[in-house]
Amino acid sequence: MLFKKIFIFLLLFPTFAIAQVHQTILENGMKVIVKEDHRSPVVISQVWYRAGSIDEVNGKTGVAHVLEHMMFKGTKTIKPGEFSEIIAAAGGRENAFTGADYTCYFQRIEKSNLPLVIKMEADRMQNLVILEEEFNKEIQVVMEERRWRTDDKPNAQVNELMQSLAFVSHPYGRPVVGWMNDLENMTYEDALEWYNDWYSPSNAVLVVAGDVMPEDVFALAKEYFGPIPAKKIKNRKPQIEAEQAGVRRAEVKAPSQLSYIQMAYKVPALDRDLSKNSSDVYALEVMAGVLSNTSAARLNQSLVNEQSLAIGAGAGYTMITRGGLSLFEFYATPSEGVSTNIVEEAIKKEIKKIAEHGVTQDELNRIKTSVIANEVYEKDSVFYQAMLIGQLETMGYPYTLMDQYIENIKKVTSDQIQEVAKKYFLDDRLTVVSLNPQPLDPNKKPQGRPHVH
Amino acid sequence: MFIKYIFLLIVTFSFHANAAIKIDSWFTDKGSKVFFVQNNDLPIVDVEVSFMAGSAYDKDESAGRASLTNHMMLLGSGNLKQEEIINQFSEIGAEISSGFDEDKSSFSLRTLSEKKEEAFKLFQTVLHRPNFDGEVLNREKKRYLSSIKQSDTLPDSIGNKAFMKAIYGEHSYAIPSSGTLDSIETITKNTLIRFYESAYSAKSAVIVIVGDLSKKEAFDFANQTSNDLPSNGQLRSIEKVKLTPSQTIKIEHPSSQAHLHYGYPIMKRGDEDFFPLYVGNYILGGGGFVSRLTEEVREKKGYVYSVYSYFMPMQEKGPFQIGLQTKKEQIDEAFKLVRKVVKDFIDNGPTESELAAAKSNMIGGFPLRLDSNKKIMNYISMMAFYNYPLDYLDTFSDKVNSVTTEQIKDAFQRRVILEEFTTVIVGAS
Repeated sequence: MLFKKIFIFLLLFPTFAIAQVHQTILENGMKVIVKEDHRSPVVISQVWYRAGSIDEVNGKTGVAHVLEHMMFKGTKTIKPGEFSEIIAAAGGRENAFTGADYTCYFQRIEKSNLPLVIKMEADRMQNLVILEEEFNKEIQVVMEERRWRTDDKPNAQVNELMQSLAFVSHPYGRPVVGWMNDLENMTYEDALEWYNDWYSPSNAVLVVAGDVMPEDVFALAKEYFGPIPAKKIKNRKPQIEAEQAGVRRAEVKAPSQLSYIQMAYKVPALDRDLSKNSSDVYALEVMAGVLSNTSAARLNQSLVNEQSLAIGAGAGYTMITRGGLSLFEFYATPSEGVSTNIVEEAIKKEIKKIAEHGVTQDELNRIKTSVIANEVYEKDSVFYQAMLIGQLETMGYPYTLMDQYIENIKKVTSDQIQEVAKKYFLDDRLTVVSLNPQPLDPNKKPQGRPHVH
Repeated sequence: MFIKYIFLLIVTFSFHANAAIKIDSWFTDKGSKVFFVQNNDLPIVDVEVSFMAGSAYDKDESAGRASLTNHMMLLGSGNLKQEEIINQFSEIGAEISSGFDEDKSSFSLRTLSEKKEEAFKLFQTVLHRPNFDGEVLNREKKRYLSSIKQSDTLPDSIGNKAFMKAIYGEHSYAIPSSGTLDSIETITKNTLIRFYESAYSAKSAVIVIVGDLSKKEAFDFANQTSNDLPSNGQLRSIEKVKLTPSQTIKIEHPSSQAHLHYGYPIMKRGDEDFFPLYVGNYILGGGGFVSRLTEEVREKKGYVYSVYSYFMPMQEKGPFQIGLQTKKEQIDEAFKLVRKVVKDFIDNGPTESELAAAKSNMIGGFPLRLDSNKKIMNYISMMAFYNYPLDYLDTFSDKVNSVTTEQIKDAFQRRVILEEFTTVIVGAS
């Protein structure tokens, strides 16, 4: 589900005025970016580390996320859980999240408390204490998280398998939460190793947004993060995905009434050299919108409303990633009595329509209008604005990319979309995983798949 | 993305007392209540119109009627089909969405202020002229039926349905909002038209407007919205909640985790014990990672990813509920620990330092609750719908601040009775 969420972010990609964003780089290499928004006396602080599941190795999957949990378990001067107590007592809200490309720690707090937040983040960047006893409890929490997120959710299992089937040699094939067996065998030393490898100011970006002045934030960052020595960050291997030849298919059996299908085509992400593949990438972005940006977009209109083949259908594309690769994904819940094969064919037919006839001017206009309106709407969320800056910077793109987004979307033509539809949506780039629903009571006779061909 | 903690964001419990927010309030000529907050910082207008038309207004045999009415409102108006309406909103960059729960059916619009006139007109078309097209209804009924069957395979949905049925018995809060396989079959176009005409009246409507427009513009929009709503509607009420006997229900499921639902109906909107119960619950299980339940069940034992408690005040008594998921083999130990924590809290109340930390969070975190138009909209809309006084936000901090440990202990001992708790465990080992 990772990709779908990011897709939503991207369609709503704003281009807020660059004039309000300020940045500096500390001597130890840490980047500090400030986005002013003086509407409320509130500030968002986000510390981003360029360390996510794609930096993990086999046998230790999930360690990026486990370390994220351990970051709340105390430092040389702060007891386990005390970080959260201090933030709560200051009226703050906090959390953290781990993705394939990054790990981020954030707080939302009344602005006078920013120094407290910066001081504590700087403390846990350098003074984390990982006690074996605390680790052994927390790893149980993470296993419960995995059971809850993936193991007991049939659609999440389909997604997990689809990722790992689509990416054979690239680490995007591994689940962010980690394989259960790796979690079961993980030790506090694995977490510590991860912390020592990646938690360095030179591998981090601080984003502060809200009712602050840039010079005040820079001064705070210099005072607290400035003295932290930079570690030497390991070389990252390129990890190119092995060439795919032929469609890849699999199924998941799980207790469910309805079936489910996910299809993913390998497509490029925006190259860090922005001039390189930008026209393809923006065309894919608009194509995703034409297929699925509202309930009146092609997939829902065709599969759900007109043909009643599915009770839900959508598509998504992530145009920016740190790993350089991306997927253009489709997902649908077939109506009862309709097989996943029929739905797969219906989705392919929609792609083919675009490849043969392109899209209409009305469709292009609607996408462009909504992108422009969203630019304004997203200014209402300071957190979201900080999030975009942090994502871009940790993935290796300049945050100024935001300012070119609308212009690039506006330039996309029907011909370009037609071209990418022909170029990338081939069986040799396709992975398909379907859910084969099983009865809840295993003693009942399995239903089998409806309408097996 | 993997988030370390789950926040249970319940609008009910989010308040802010920022004197800078000035709420204008009036009634339209046809009797709709209006709340208006002018805010010209961004060129955006947000609108929400709510009706007393939630699932609590269904009967067992018509279960799903209120939800389908809400759902169909966005699927065809006048002679416009769903895709035509949605595309017309897209053409001006406006967004429409709907919300639905036991008490309420609501519709929200977000538009650029420069497009507000066109957006208002379209939005009013949706509210005034739903066509409840028969073919569309047949298709949507099938989707509802499939969704009902699907949710009957998911442990959380199974547990929730069983829990609501057990704690509400014959009360309409027990009715599943999406209906049942039998009830959905019986719903026709006429069922929806009748429900719309009676429940979506001007008197039942609450109109909330936030953003970049003048009071005169807000006034005119509210009147136009109100004028063309059905005029023959009658205000309905939800009956009082009668407590059902405490029960323990165990449901088998092949999932790896067992899901616990534990609680019963306790508090309604405007309850006189609201503040001590609300502040007390922050300490017991509402305050994210610093609550007693999280500390004991997650941090000390590693039993769960998430454990929480909340009061959900509704028009009539809403549930107090404690929930968790843990692997089946340890559900008994985890549940035992939950009961111990809750009993200890009821018997002894919070400590002074816990109360001080809770107040500090709620009062110090006040500005966070109001830092966007969207949030202002959500809170003001809740206040308008449930008839909160206009100074509610202004006095909120003082009321939190005046709560004592004794009051919390007293309120929990009177109101949170362990013997009344109902237990539902799905995936029991």
